This record gives sequence, C-alpha cells and structure tokens, in this order.
Amino acid sequence: MRQKFSSKRRQWLTGVAAVATAASLRRLAWAADPLKIGLILPLTGPFASTGRQVEAACRLYVARNGDMVAGRKVELTVKDDTGAPEVTKRIAQELVVQDHVNILAGFGLTPLALATAPVATEAKVPMIIMAAATSIIPTRSPFIVRSGFSLPQVTAPIAEWALKNNNRRVVTLVTDYAPGLDAEKTFVKRFSDGGGTVLESLRTPLQGPDYAPFLQRTKDAKPDALFVFVPSGQGTAVMKQFAERELAAAGIKMISTGDLVDDDILDAIGSPALGIVSSFHYSAAHPSPENKAYVDAFMKANGGMRPNFMSVGGYDGMHLIYEAVKKTNGDVDGEKLVSAMKGMTWTSPRGPMSIDPATRDVIQTVYMRKVELRDGHYWNIEFDKIDNVKDPSV
Amino acid sequence: MIGNLIGVLFDGVAYGSLLFIISIGLSVTMGLMNFVNLAHGAFAMLGGYVCVVLMTRLGVPFLASLPIAFAAAALAGALLERTLYRRLYRATHLDQVLFSIGLVFMSMAGATYVFGSQQQPVQLPALLRGQVRVFGLDLGAYRLFLIAIVITVTLALNWLIEHTRFGAAIRASVDNQQASAGLGINVDRVFSLTFALGSGLAGLGGGLGIDVLGLDPTFPLKYMVYFLLVVAVGGAGTIKGPLLAAVLLGVFDVAGKYYAPQIGSFIIYVVMVIMMLVFPRGLVGRRA
Amino acid sequence: MEIAFWLLPVAAYFIFPRYLTLGSQIFIAGLFALSLDLILGYARIISLGHAAFFGVGAYTAGLLAKHGWGEPISGLAAAAAAAAAVGLLTSVLVVRGQDLTRLMVTLGIGLMLYEVANRASSITGGVDGLSGVEMNRLFGVFAFGLNGKTSYWYCLAVLFIVFCFARTLVRSPFGLSLRGIREGERRMPAIGVSVHRKLIAIYTIGAGIAGIAGALLAQTTQFVGIDSLGFPRSAELMIMLVLGGAGYLYGALVGAATFMLLQDYLSNLSAVYWQFWLGLLLVLLVLFARGGLIGGTLGLRRRLIGKRT
Repeated sequence: MRQKFSSKRRQWLTGVAAVATAASLRRLAWAADPLKIGLILPLTGPFASTGRQVEAACRLYVARNGDMVAGRKVELTVKDDTGAPEVTKRIAQELVVQDHVNILAGFGLTPLALATAPVATEAKVPMIIMAAATSIIPTRSPFIVRSGFSLPQVTAPIAEWALKNNNRRVVTLVTDYAPGLDAEKTFVKRFSDGGGTVLESLRTPLQGPDYAPFLQRTKDAKPDALFVFVPSGQGTAVMKQFAERELAAAGIKMISTGDLVDDDILDAIGSPALGIVSSFHYSAAHPSPENKAYVDAFMKANGGMRPNFMSVGGYDGMHLIYEAVKKTNGDVDGEKLVSAMKGMTWTSPRGPMSIDPATRDVIQTVYMRKVELRDGHYWNIEFDKIDNVKDPSV
Repeated sequence: MIGNLIGVLFDGVAYGSLLFIISIGLSVTMGLMNFVNLAHGAFAMLGGYVCVVLMTRLGVPFLASLPIAFAAAALAGALLERTLYRRLYRATHLDQVLFSIGLVFMSMAGATYVFGSQQQPVQLPALLRGQVRVFGLDLGAYRLFLIAIVITVTLALNWLIEHTRFGAAIRASVDNQQASAGLGINVDRVFSLTFALGSGLAGLGGGLGIDVLGLDPTFPLKYMVYFLLVVAVGGAGTIKGPLLAAVLLGVFDVAGKYYAPQIGSFIIYVVMVIMMLVFPRGLVGRRA
Repeated sequence: MEIAFWLLPVAAYFIFPRYLTLGSQIFIAGLFALSLDLILGYARIISLGHAAFFGVGAYTAGLLAKHGWGEPISGLAAAAAAAAAVGLLTSVLVVRGQDLTRLMVTLGIGLMLYEVANRASSITGGVDGLSGVEMNRLFGVFAFGLNGKTSYWYCLAVLFIVFCFARTLVRSPFGLSLRGIREGERRMPAIGVSVHRKLIAIYTIGAGIAGIAGALLAQTTQFVGIDSLGFPRSAELMIMLVLGGAGYLYGALVGAATFMLLQDYLSNLSAVYWQFWLGLLLVLLVLFARGGLIGGTLGLRRRLIGKRT
C-alpha cells in the first residue's frame, strides 16, 4: 500500500504544504494585532440619542468599507460614558492600559473630553472628537483631532446671513451655560462687527427654564429677528412658546444654529419649526450623491432612523482613522497617525471637509437652510453656503 | 410699562396656578398622612404621558384627554397607596424619602424606555392657541384657560372639603387621627381616597402643563424643588396656603426673569430662604 | 474583625493591579458616604444637597492647583475649611426646621450652588468643567500618574485617617449626645444639651469631610466637573449610604464599595436600565431591609446567636 505514495504525489503534497505554509506565514506577517478603537459615547441619559447616532454611523462605515485596514482587523469597543468626567477618564484609562486600544474616539460632551485629554497625551494615543463642539477641545492635547464641528464655526455664518438680509436689530436668547455663552459671544461679535445692533442679550437659567418671560421681553423689544441657542431637547419648548406668543405675526424671524432643528427630532417637532432659518454643517437633505447613498444606507440599517449631524461626526471620524492607518501602512504609532490625519481632505456626506494641520480642527462648508415640508416630512433645505469655514475663536 | 406689569403678573399667576394644581395633592398627603412623597411629580408625569398617548395614538382631543389623565393618575395613586405607601406610614421620614426617590427613578427609567428621552410635543386645540385681546392687552389664550381651570378646581375642592361629609372626615383626620378613628371614621379609606384625589390632580396638572412646563422623563426631578417649596412655604395640610405660595412663587419667578434676567433664576431661592426664616411653619401653617 | 476589613484594600492592590483607579474612586465615594452618615445616620438630618460640599471642596482644591498651588495635603486642608465654612453658614437654616423644611432647604442650596458654579464659569469653567489641574508630587516624591498607584494609597490613607477621627467622634460624649438627640430630640434640653449647637457642629464637620472627598477627586483626576455639585450625585450618595446601612460608619464604606462595583459591572451589561434597577433596589431596601447590608448582617448574626443560646 505504501507504494501508492508515489514520489509524484509526495512532491505534490510537499508543494501544497509549502504553499500553504508560505501563505499562512504571509498572513501572519500582515495580520498583525487588530486595530482596536475604543468608542466612548453617551449610551444612556439625556444625550443617548447622540450615542445612538454616532455608534450607528461608525458601524455603518465599517459595514460599507470592510473591517480590514492595511492588513489589520478593525475592532470597535463601545463604552457608556455614564456622563461623569471621572468615570469617562477611568474608562479611557482602562481601555488604553488593559485593552490596549490604539485609538480613542467618540466623546459626546465637552467636560468628558477635557477630562480625558491628559490620558491621550500621556499614553500617546490619538483621540478623535466626533461629537463635542466646544472650540478649546483640540488645544488640550496634541493627540486630539476633531471630526465633528465646533459651535462658533457654525454660529458665525448665521450672523452674516442675518446682516445680508436686512435684519439690523436682533435679540439673542441663549441658555446660561458655556455653550450658550459661546454662541452668544460669537453671534454678537460677528453681528456687531458687521454693523448690526443687538438690542438685548437674554440668558435663560440652565435649570427649570420657562421661556415665557424671555419671549415676552423679546416681543416688547420689537427686533427684526431672534437668535436662539438652547440645549438639545429644549428647542421644542422655545418654538412652541414662540408660536403661541405670535412673535412671527409681529414680524420677528427666528434664526438659530442647526441643532435647534436637529434632523433626529425635526419630524417630531413638526409645524412649529416651519420656516426657521439655521446655519449648520450637515443636513440630511444635502443634495449630493454621497449623502443620498449615506442616508439611504443609514435608514436601512437602523429601522428608518434619519441620520443627523452627530452621525456624520462618527462616520467621518472612522474615515479619518481608516485613511490615516492606510497612510502609515498599518503603523499605529500615535504621533504618526496624527501627522497622517493633519491636512487630510475628502468629500463627506456633508460636503467637502478637511483637517486643519495647525489646529487639528475641522474645516468645512457651512450651509444656510430653511425648514420646509417635502413629501410629508420636514427637512432642512439648503439654500446658500460658505466654504472652508474655520473655527473663528482659535 | 403698566401693560408690561399686568402681562407679567398674568403670566406669573398662570404659572403659579399650574404649580398649585400639581402640588395641592402633595400638601394634603403631607398634612394628612405625614408622608414625605417626593414621587408626587411622577404622578404628574404619568398624567402628562397619558395625555400624549391619547392624543397621538388614539386621536383623542386635548380637552377630552385631561379628565382621563386625572382618572389614570388617581387610579395609579390608589393602587400604589394600597400596596406600597400604606406600609410606610409609620416609617421615618428618611425611609419615606428614600422610598419615594426609588419610585421616581423607576418611573423615570420607565418613561425613558417607553417614550424616549426627548420632549413630548402637544397639539393644542385651535381655540386655545395664540393670544386674546382683553382690555387692550394681549394675553395668552392657553394661560387664560389654565387659570380658569384652576379656579374651578379650587372652588370644587373647597366645596368638597367644607361642605361634604367626606371633606369633614378629611379635616378631622388631619386634625387628630386617633380621635377620628375613635369616632368611627374609616381613616384608611380617607387616606386612600385622598391620596388618589391628590395624585389625580397631579396627573391633571401634568397634562395641563405639557405646553408650559414641558414633558420629558426628567420632569419629576426637575420640578421637585418647586413642589416642595409650594408645600413647605404654604404649609402642609391646607388649601389656601399652597395656593397663596404657588401664586407668589409664580409671580416672583416670572417677574424676576422679566425685569432682572441676570439674577432672575436666583429669585426663588432667595424667596425660599426669606420665607423659611420668617414663616418657619408655612404661610398658613398647620403641620409642617 | 475591623483589622481584617482594612487589610482588604491592601490586598486588593496586589490582587487587582489593573483596577487601581476604580479603587481610588471607591475610597473617595466611601469617604463621601461617611460624611453623610455622620449627618444622616447619627444626627438624623435629611439632606438632599450634600453634594454641594463635595463640589465646594473639589473646586477649592482644583482652583488652588490650577493657579499654582499644587501641593496636595494643604489643598485638602483648604478644601475642608472651605466646605466646612459653607456648611456652617447653611447649617443655621437647616437645623431650624422640620424634615420637610430641611429637605427643601438642602435641595435648594444644592441647586443654588450649582447655578453659582455655572455662572462663575470664568473661574469654574461652568458646565465644561475645570481642567488643567496639575498636582505636585505627594511629599515631593510620588507623582500622580496614569497607573493610579499614588492615587490609590493617597485616597486610602486619607480615608483611614478620617475614619478613625469619625469613629472617635461618635464614641465620644459628643457622639453620645447626638445619639440622644436622634432618639428623642425634645427631651435633650431637659438634661442641659444644646440641641441646635450640636447639630450645627455635626453638620459642619460632615460638610468639611465631604469637602475632603471632593478635593481628593479633583486631585486624583485632575479635573472638576460641575456634576460634582449636582443633585444626581447627592441622590446616589444617599443610596450608597442606605445600601450599606446608616448609622454604623462601616455601612457607608460597604455601601459605597458595593454600589460602585455594581455600577461598573452592570453598566457593561445593560447601561440603559441601570436607573430602573437602582430605583427598584431602593424601594426594596426600604420595604424589606431597613438596616441595609450592615444592619441586615447584624440582625442575622443576632438571630443566629440567639438561636444557639
């Protein structure tokens, strides 16, 4: 029976074995450690919708672009930030020290990002800010790169638009907390520099807000427009009160940044939002082929949920990571990855965008939109834009 | 300027009357059963969500959904009182506080699970939208409606307390539980019905308040301090006290925010401190 | 028995070298719960705003460090003093009233301080928080680093020292008079005890200790968030204390540790329903296990020993 193992067969078997070994060796050489990304997001609590949108977008990116980058397998670890800065910092520490993640990403709230910055610096791990929108965040660590937006970046354009359209007298109404004050400062500066008059700068308390007295004061001041900035979720209350007090009938327009008319809740708000003009970096109705494909894929993968501005922060953050790793040929050294990200330019579902090499912040187009009813749904329809907007305060 | 003042007063009274209708149940519970129920806001929230569900999923008009909200909250109150609250009447205030906070957390988590964490919109009937011209002033139609409802409810409550046997039973039990039991009053039943009534009123207030106070799962905690304030300043166990306190609170809050928006939010805390120093037992104090 | 308890964290350092930061945060929570136990467990003052003192301490230590004074121990002392001062000021209102008044006043003060911290955002950073807190080396030797070793021992040591102080306090005549007040407040003046002054004293001490806990958090995380003052923190604190059992001192530590560990474990499982289970736990605790973990254990032991004799 041994004679059946002829030399030819033996040769053939050896050949197969050799090829197999060579192939597996090659795979071993390239299939280095996986690319581990630690995604820290608000999965519970009042900002859970942010977490939901960003996570969905990140997973969509992996689904559409494959889970292999430069020979490494992408592993996403998603953790709840629980809303407390010390817990977020501890989670980031554990992700870096125990799970050996190569990149930290996500961050829905500014204090959580600020608290975690030292971890990125000390561990030399890139930290991608996908959601939090305060200007100073990228300055806190040389390893922070932003893929979302910053509030002053999207506020300045609405001030300019207001001036261009003959709104000379404006009242600003913001919630009295850091982001609100940032928005107020940016708007007032741009508006006044352009020759407009800010009649009053009203600030509503952070806790227990009742907008009635402030809107009444607005009505009494008789401005051309009212600029509003309130925390996400409060927008409905403001718009309702605005309609009830008949400020529109008194000739006062409502203008704001796009988070007031967040795509995630716009349909639920409904008619009180009609006609509101806002400035923002993303609308789900953006008429580009990339966006149409993105929105369709997103809705299909998430039971009809419409993607909002938070989701593109996540989607483009993943793009940043993938492209950077490709550029460094799989080298996950923190400093090299960040260098690779600086100056990167691409077309996102939101439009064209790039990363400022000096500040590691995002440069993008800001659009002017108006809420309109199309096909039975409410959308932010773009009608104007400003290209290459940088964060003005840095 | 006078026009502004009246407008501000009007808004303040409307806001205060809404607070009153939610808090009155807490006042009676505290006065009658000496039970610190921090979960009172949860019944208001329940009423609010019942209204929302009725309006959005079953197409019930707003005005019709209000009495149903009252009934739902009253039923929930009666049920919880029978099964859970009853066991803690003799417990320390601390235990009651902890228990009610536990209920609040459960209700908030439940609301988030079923409805999500965003604000609930409500479509008011056309009759109640916009503004109405009264003596040359523009007043909100909805707020007029609010004040009217609260006046009606207050009068009805007053009639109930002063002119019915049940009301007499409540008054007797508030004054002296043991003596009332000795006179043959079924104190247990009085407790249950009163708790149900108070919770029902809270639910009604919650439904009425969707437009003014907003409705989201954090409602019970967000407004807890206001309810406590109304009852502590007004005095637990009475109707007039909380009414006065609520209206004062509403007026000061609104006026503060209108005339001095910089410090407007601190006004109620200052009012609270002054009130507690001057009237430690409440404005119309009975049992604090 | 007590010595064995204190050897546990020492052992944990060697058994769980990767969870040192969690350990530090457990010690801080334990210290915070201890401060509330003095006020709530021993003096029966129901406070819904105890986090106010935690926050004051945290901001004091954080601001000192941010503006150049990074020495840890003196930062702690300053924080304790600041928090105690605020406690003293507000104690006047708190000790006067009945339970409902105390609830409302403490809640109101907590909310007011939160708003103040928000408004003074140029100093405190407002809702963005205070970052850039840089600490000097402890005793000039040990640096606060990413591995959490220094923080671990630092927090444990502070906890131990303050605990010994608290233990001495409650066994002293002062502590006994507190217990007397707890049992029968109206009778105390009859034996010459000034009720108000004792309550003010314990409230101030409790505030100061809470301030130390806050300062520890600021120093070990190099950050102060506005949530350190908020109501959720006060509510969670009460739950921790009740879980372990109020009035036993050790209950505060056991409750804090159990709560933090549970939270860490459960949030990895199912983050969304954490609040629901927490509420349910609280309801069940009050209905069936009034003494918390410690109280329940003691009761069980009593029953077992009783059965034997």
